[in-house]
Amino acid sequence: MNAGYLGLPTVVNNVESFVAAAMIMEQGADWFLSRGTETSTGTKLLSISGDCAKPGVYEYPFGTSIRKILEDCGADDPQMVQVAGAAGTMIGETDFDRCISFDDVATGGSFMIFDRSRDLPEIIGNFIAFFVHESCGFCTPCRVGTSLLQKRFDKLLSGRASRLDLEKMQQIGTLMKVTSHCGLGATAPNALLDSLKNFPSMYEDRLASTQFEPAFILEDALQEARTLADSGAKS
Amino acid sequence: MNLKAAARLGGRIGHFSIDGVRLPFREGQTIMAAAMEAGVYIPHLCYNPEFTPHGSCRLCVVRSNGRHLAACTTPAAEGLEVESHTDELQEQRRELLQMLFVEGNHVCPACEKSGACQLQAVAYYCGMLAPELTYFYPQRTVDASHPDIAIDYNRCILCELCVRASREADGKNVFSIADRGIHAHLQINSSTGKLRDSDLEVTDKAAHVCPTGAILPRNLGYNIPIGKRPYDQKPISLAGDVADHEESS
Amino acid sequence: MSQRIRIATTSLAGCFGCHMSFLDIDERLIELSEKIEFDRTPLTDIKTLGHCDIGLIEGGMGNTENYELLREFREKCDILVSMGACAINGGIPAMRNSFTLKECLETAYVEGVGVTDPQIPGDPEIPLPLNKIHPLHEVVKIDYFLPGCPPPAEMFWTFLNQLLNGQPIEFTYSQIHYD
Repeated sequence: MNAGYLGLPTVVNNVESFVAAAMIMEQGADWFLSRGTETSTGTKLLSISGDCAKPGVYEYPFGTSIRKILEDCGADDPQMVQVAGAAGTMIGETDFDRCISFDDVATGGSFMIFDRSRDLPEIIGNFIAFFVHESCGFCTPCRVGTSLLQKRFDKLLSGRASRLDLEKMQQIGTLMKVTSHCGLGATAPNALLDSLKNFPSMYEDRLASTQFEPAFILEDALQEARTLADSGAKS
Repeated sequence: MNLKAAARLGGRIGHFSIDGVRLPFREGQTIMAAAMEAGVYIPHLCYNPEFTPHGSCRLCVVRSNGRHLAACTTPAAEGLEVESHTDELQEQRRELLQMLFVEGNHVCPACEKSGACQLQAVAYYCGMLAPELTYFYPQRTVDASHPDIAIDYNRCILCELCVRASREADGKNVFSIADRGIHAHLQINSSTGKLRDSDLEVTDKAAHVCPTGAILPRNLGYNIPIGKRPYDQKPISLAGDVADHEESS
Repeated sequence: MSQRIRIATTSLAGCFGCHMSFLDIDERLIELSEKIEFDRTPLTDIKTLGHCDIGLIEGGMGNTENYELLREFREKCDILVSMGACAINGGIPAMRNSFTLKECLETAYVEGVGVTDPQIPGDPEIPLPLNKIHPLHEVVKIDYFLPGCPPPAEMFWTFLNQLLNGQPIEFTYSQIHYD
């Protein structure tokens, strides 16, 4: 987008901003400033979904801890919270005391809860697949990187990865983060990179070895030849 | 005012630096344009000073104020300190090049562009020895339907230089990019999708700007023998871009 | 004299061009032979592989025999080197990746010019081809890559000398090419 309405600068706000503006008009700036933290004033609407008793839209002052939010919505056994969507921040148990704010865990409002019954790698695999689909293909790191990550991650999910694959994914993800053209490519590897940092043991458990593992399954790569050899021998 | 217009008008002169070397720039010029004018080489594939900067290949990644930027789309600014030839950035460029090499089918020993190919040349310059990633080996085709120009889609790196040249220089619209993500590919805007049925002519700029061997004028492939080609002799930082050599050939 | 460095070499789906280029270091082979000795290699015709310091492999990885041999080289060589375009990206053999294996085998064994008794071979003695050619680094961990088709003799000379002297591996501009 290079120009706004009628070719003039145009502000597009979401409903939450209009509500905040209206409330400030009605109640005054001091009222607004009395909520939240010094650098993140006011409140935030959170769309809470996933493994909790009471999903829904909640309003919290900035500065509220993830732990408090989880308690309020009845998340009994949380393993991980994905804040701010697939491109957001993945929060594990050790970080539940972190707070919703611009300085700490920034969010547009998405708050997905995953309890201990969930298989995290599978969820991260979904996020990776989502970005393979979402990448527009304009720039090299996002176009190629999203698919490279998916290949490696599928290898991990099928139990054929080594520590070298984790290192390679880390490297590709970091490259995407700093060299992508837009925010999509720069944030596409977030779930992967966060989980590599916050849940290292989960990955260790999935590794076939610490050494090298082949990129493909030999038996699969021989299927075509076996079929042809069989039919050749019969004819 | 856009960057190109400002640069054309001359603009005010300022100074910035790349790797500690002070360079002049005209107001509105990008880091890349100013560097190129001053003879400072920043690796690039999708940039060609004749066309609107694109910023898609990301090879011209530089660092300033702790941020990574594309030199071809970022305006130079007074006092800006830019890092370009650092170990970190050269490593990142090698990784980007590896991505381009595994994404397509780049069989240098069998390519008539070898030695005069910018993808190769930039990879040589950045010191890439091998693409250490998993290969895609995509199924792509060759379009040899046109009498004077051939397209080998195996070698396309989606820099869109042909797309831009056709629209901006030739006043045509022969090429576009179809599909998205890893499926994005170059397509011909003709009723059959074949080059033969497009209005591309061998004298068009678009036939001479491809940095790889994807778009090749036919019948002159081996006029310059392997071993005597621009990048067989000198690194791209000294030999210049592919498009410069196309001009003179 | 200290013990000589033991080197093995082989060609998988390759043309032995890399080996020929290696021999192009010419009379320096004599100098090199003071520092190295050969294990399994087509240069000496030794057929069995022992423990080696360095393994040099050319060619893409395209069938079960290639696969086994490559794994054996990795197991027995401390340093494994992928040499040449085919080893690095599949090279010319990988151009068959644009076709199905069926198309390739039918072209060679059924429709080929001068073929008598046309049939796709199914003898268990013959290594099975993989559906695609792969670069070596997709099968085993590779320590060094020597690009080129073939890598120039000077690259081999530079590489082996730097490696033997414990220096960092650095090539000049004219030594690095992919064709």
